[in-house]
Amino acid sequence: MDKIKEFISIKPSGQKKIKISTFDVNIMPSMDEAGLKSSGEPSSTMAGYEKPGYKLCSYVEKFIKTDAGIIPIIKSKLGKDDLFSTLYVRCGISRNKYTVAPGLYGIGQPDKNCEVLVTANFKLTFDHLRKELDEINAWILVLDTKGVNVWCAAGKGTFSTLELVNRIKDCKLEKIVDHKRVIVPQLGATGVSARDVKKKSGFRAVYGPIRANDIKAFLKNKRKADKKMRQVTFNLYERFILTPVEIQIFLKPAMITALILFIISGFGPGIFSFSGALERGLLSFLALIAGIVSGAFVTPVLLPFLPSRQFALKGIIAGSVFAILFLAQVSKDIPGIAGSLALFLFSVTISSYLAMNFTGATPFTSPSGVEKEMKRYIPVQLACLVISTGLWIYSAF
Amino acid sequence: MKDLRYLEDVSSLALDEEKCIGCSLCTEVCPQAVFEMRQSKANIVDFNACMECGACVNNCPSGAISVSPGVG
Repeated sequence: MDKIKEFISIKPSGQKKIKISTFDVNIMPSMDEAGLKSSGEPSSTMAGYEKPGYKLCSYVEKFIKTDAGIIPIIKSKLGKDDLFSTLYVRCGISRNKYTVAPGLYGIGQPDKNCEVLVTANFKLTFDHLRKELDEINAWILVLDTKGVNVWCAAGKGTFSTLELVNRIKDCKLEKIVDHKRVIVPQLGATGVSARDVKKKSGFRAVYGPIRANDIKAFLKNKRKADKKMRQVTFNLYERFILTPVEIQIFLKPAMITALILFIISGFGPGIFSFSGALERGLLSFLALIAGIVSGAFVTPVLLPFLPSRQFALKGIIAGSVFAILFLAQVSKDIPGIAGSLALFLFSVTISSYLAMNFTGATPFTSPSGVEKEMKRYIPVQLACLVISTGLWIYSAF
Repeated sequence: MKDLRYLEDVSSLALDEEKCIGCSLCTEVCPQAVFEMRQSKANIVDFNACMECGACVNNCPSGAISVSPGVG
């Protein structure tokens, strides 16, 4: 970085601007590459930024001074802690508060001609972007999407024209770059109107590729995306990676369902029997597990291979196979056909319902289609649930 | 998307070709390649791939596209 031989303005907590000369004084280590020279360790460069009550983010490499203030430069390489927290979040743990601070960041050695990449403040999204930007010099404008990814946030209106325009103004982007252009991820188009962004901020929103790993090719190709970069995919890995959260979301309702199952299973000739509740309850609990595995894991993973376009029906098909396999294992413990039928219907219904629920996680289902499917299958699922409960109680007598 | 398709004839997508000014932004923002440019006008070439995300409507400068999904 250039030696600073000028006056800088520092705006402490108050509104009054104070002018400080930096001729011989290190106000912040970012103004001098060596940072805290006394320490000698490279990692201590960041120590100069420690402030009581604040915590430095591990993904920040250093800070640089720009005409619009001090900007953090982030690392493109993910650390161990990033990978561990990715794992947690993929399992649904602390998923709703996994955020980075909105605002402007830099990566590499950004200058006034570098592109501005817009993204969401979900840390998973932020990490996903930066790990594709090694050897790239760019600015990263993080919008406040309340910790939600670009596409979902665009659909719900937090990744929006207004947020983008306000963030451009807040970060004084016109002082950061000489051009008037921001690159918005294509999936953000659901919430952003390029025309309105231009009108309200003067910046032109150029739609970048869908996937972060196409950004390098996009930039190399003079900001032109080819057809492949413009289309969403939903391959085996992309489907699989969503399943832990699908299961996690259903854990709490599943616990409540299990409790009800044990109670219902206790009904019998002696009005209520605890041994019945345990033995038969365990069977119905296993049927529940079979339904969950089939609906929230097997159906999503095998999605294109299961017959029918209706998710509820895909869930019925996968659920039937699963239920039959399960019943074959426990057949000697079930008294009669009514009991078997009850468990079969119950397991298949759970699978069908969860499979239908997965429509919300895919990148190709239309709300109109989902509505049509729900109107058709929710009554069927409810009827099956009532019938299976009746049969299960009946089978105890 | 070619390998994964959802229900047919359900989308509320509509394009008014009269109003289209041929800017081709819809072909850029649609994640499902629903549109294609033909003779400087947008055409719906894969109606059933539409997932009603609204990106095209949001970015159409002439109001030629409409989509009206429910709550989703």
